[in-house]
Amino acid sequence: MRELRTAVIAALALTVALGLAYPLAMTGAAQLIFPGRADGSMVEVGGRVVGSTLIGQDFARPTGRKDAAGDPVLAPDPRYFQSRPSVTGYAPAATFFNNQGPNQKALAGQLDGFARAYLARERPYTPGLTRRGIPSDAVTTSASGVDPQISEANARIQANRVARRRGLPLARVLTLVDDHASRPLFGLAGPKSINVLQLNAALDREPSR
Amino acid sequence: MTVAGWIEIVLFLALLTAITPPLGAYMARVFRGEPVLLTRVAGPVERVTYRLLRVDPERGQDWKGYARSVLVLSAVFGGVLYLILRTQSAFPWNPRNLGAPPWDLSFNTAASFLTNTNWQYYAGETTLSSFSQMAGLAVQNFVSAGVGIAVLIAFIRGLAARSGNHLGVFYVDLTRAILYVLLPLSVVVGLVLVSQGAVQSLHGLTEATGLTGRPQTFLTGPVASQEAIKELGTNGGGFFNVNSAMPYENPTWLSNFVEMLAILAIPAALTATYGRMVENRRQGWMVFGAMMSLFVVAVAVVYIAEAHATPAMQAAGLTGDNLEGKEQRFGIASSALFTAVTTAASCGAVNAALEALSGFGGVVPMAQIMTGEVIWGGVGSGLYSMLMFVILGVFIAGLMVGRTPEFLGKKIEAREVKLTVLGTIAVPMMVLVATAVAIATKWGAPSIYDHGPQGFSESLYAYTSQTNNNGSAFAGYTGFVQPNGTNAGAFGISFADVLGGLAMLAGRFIPLLAALAVAGALAGKRVAPAGLGTLRTDTPTFGVVLVAVVLIVALLTFVPALLLGPVVQGLSDQLYG
Repeated sequence: MRELRTAVIAALALTVALGLAYPLAMTGAAQLIFPGRADGSMVEVGGRVVGSTLIGQDFARPTGRKDAAGDPVLAPDPRYFQSRPSVTGYAPAATFFNNQGPNQKALAGQLDGFARAYLARERPYTPGLTRRGIPSDAVTTSASGVDPQISEANARIQANRVARRRGLPLARVLTLVDDHASRPLFGLAGPKSINVLQLNAALDREPSR
Repeated sequence: MTVAGWIEIVLFLALLTAITPPLGAYMARVFRGEPVLLTRVAGPVERVTYRLLRVDPERGQDWKGYARSVLVLSAVFGGVLYLILRTQSAFPWNPRNLGAPPWDLSFNTAASFLTNTNWQYYAGETTLSSFSQMAGLAVQNFVSAGVGIAVLIAFIRGLAARSGNHLGVFYVDLTRAILYVLLPLSVVVGLVLVSQGAVQSLHGLTEATGLTGRPQTFLTGPVASQEAIKELGTNGGGFFNVNSAMPYENPTWLSNFVEMLAILAIPAALTATYGRMVENRRQGWMVFGAMMSLFVVAVAVVYIAEAHATPAMQAAGLTGDNLEGKEQRFGIASSALFTAVTTAASCGAVNAALEALSGFGGVVPMAQIMTGEVIWGGVGSGLYSMLMFVILGVFIAGLMVGRTPEFLGKKIEAREVKLTVLGTIAVPMMVLVATAVAIATKWGAPSIYDHGPQGFSESLYAYTSQTNNNGSAFAGYTGFVQPNGTNAGAFGISFADVLGGLAMLAGRFIPLLAALAVAGALAGKRVAPAGLGTLRTDTPTFGVVLVAVVLIVALLTFVPALLLGPVVQGLSDQLYG
């Protein structure tokens, strides 16, 4: 009995201290010290929230056509760099992974579809691009479905299309890519990656010709 | 593979080794009750806690008393957690007005967090409210970790005791573990994570319209505070379904590095705490060395395996690294290292989708968990399980060279050996039985998602991970069907939920009780001075014996099962489906 009483008091005290006081105090501290980051690193363009720097998004537009189910068909906007493919609709509030193992026919089919789409989109602007030349981040899905970044190689291929479709000099677009390429630990570790939303937002700020 | 990737791995191992002595020494002081820097602040809180709980810190418990306190507190907390989950719609901070998860899923989840497993059949952000996560799950992140540390400390006291049968006072060890170790480290790590972009707010949902007009809904919550203890306590249950792959949990390469260190810091440092408490630091380093040597092999295998294209990629004519299920900001090196870290420690947080690992890449997490989570292992539980293997190693080596088995000057006799064997064999047996039941009956079938050997691997991984209290998954395996984003109309798969829940409870408490019983049996034994006939347990030679015992007793049990699943996949290019 005495043991049970101690355990009940301990459970209540620990729940209040660790389950309420600790996270609420941390929330207060985080909001005070890192206000924007604690709230999700949201990005505003012209006073409108367009997304988060940490969360990948779909740079696609409706084509005007409808699919069999009556939903509008979307196509990537060729004026923008495209995120890694996602099977979750880039949903940051309902994340999941497709869970296809390394030897599943379904995965091979999915990879094949993404590779076809990538080649169809980029080859007109990058002649000579083959399947073997596709950077693997461009056709694989990330674990989160909302990977905000792409590899440098992927960005350099897409730069050809974006430059042409926007009428910008390729050199200028590549400079923007370089400006947005980051490499962790003072460039020593991790893969060199480009944040797609920040790069696209910077493109939109370029004076049009 | 890149040079930078190997540099990252070496840097990580070096830092882990460097923090082991100071953090281990600090914890030794804390659990001996010696003053530390934090005592000024935490001391008064500690005294109030003992008065509130009416615990006399001077009145030691024998192993049965200690075990009783552990079990009663766990039973009460299990009930509290189950009730919170089942009534979550009555509580605040529920931005999506989620209803209660079904009974079977709630049972599995309560068992999962109570046992430091944090297996996720539920899908974080779409099944549970922020309240359930912080007041239900995250509390267990602290408590289950604290219980693990407390039991380890009691175990070490049993090994080191010169007389009497006292192992310490459970509530004192638990209070100190939380107040001096877990909570302060969580505050620091949590704020570092927020500085990188991990969210910490109670705003709930935010709508946005993207650059091309696509709508996107964002959810924030008390994530960083939970993320910190999730790693430090080797828990692993994510706020979000995809765990530490979600940028809001693990936003940058640096946050990822910090999280990996947070996972292994305490389990590694406890080896030094052990060395100090038995007054032979070389004992601590021997165990550290055995763990490290197994771990280095594991890291290298995953890294090499993932830096190659998988059969599915090859079939689609693609080359390059296996980035399927991995995040660009981590790349192969950080994903491979995290995978090895989280499955060596019984953490189970993941920053990549383990289901998408290549065949041989997938062998490593499973094999590490199958050792019984002793390659660092869970906070506390990893080291007490490893010390059981040490006792077994002493017994086996003693028999081979014809010496009386002695450990730290105490004779290892029939009772200790029986209990040790129970503690080390029970979990592998349960894994095999549960997996066999799940794949041989029709009840296990609805949980399997992939085709061919991968479907078997999913089942094997599920029961290996749950019974060993790891919590990572080949996540195609499911115990919860969630049709449309809210849990209206969702249902649990009772067989998987209940079998998994029972496996987690048995896998936690049988070795825990066996360890306490061994400690109780050793506590009162006379210490004989070391002589020429003593088999020394603080040498590299004994470290090799220990590694061999772990491999033979634990891992060898599973070789046939591993061959049927991930190894077959690693050896063949065939596609299934």
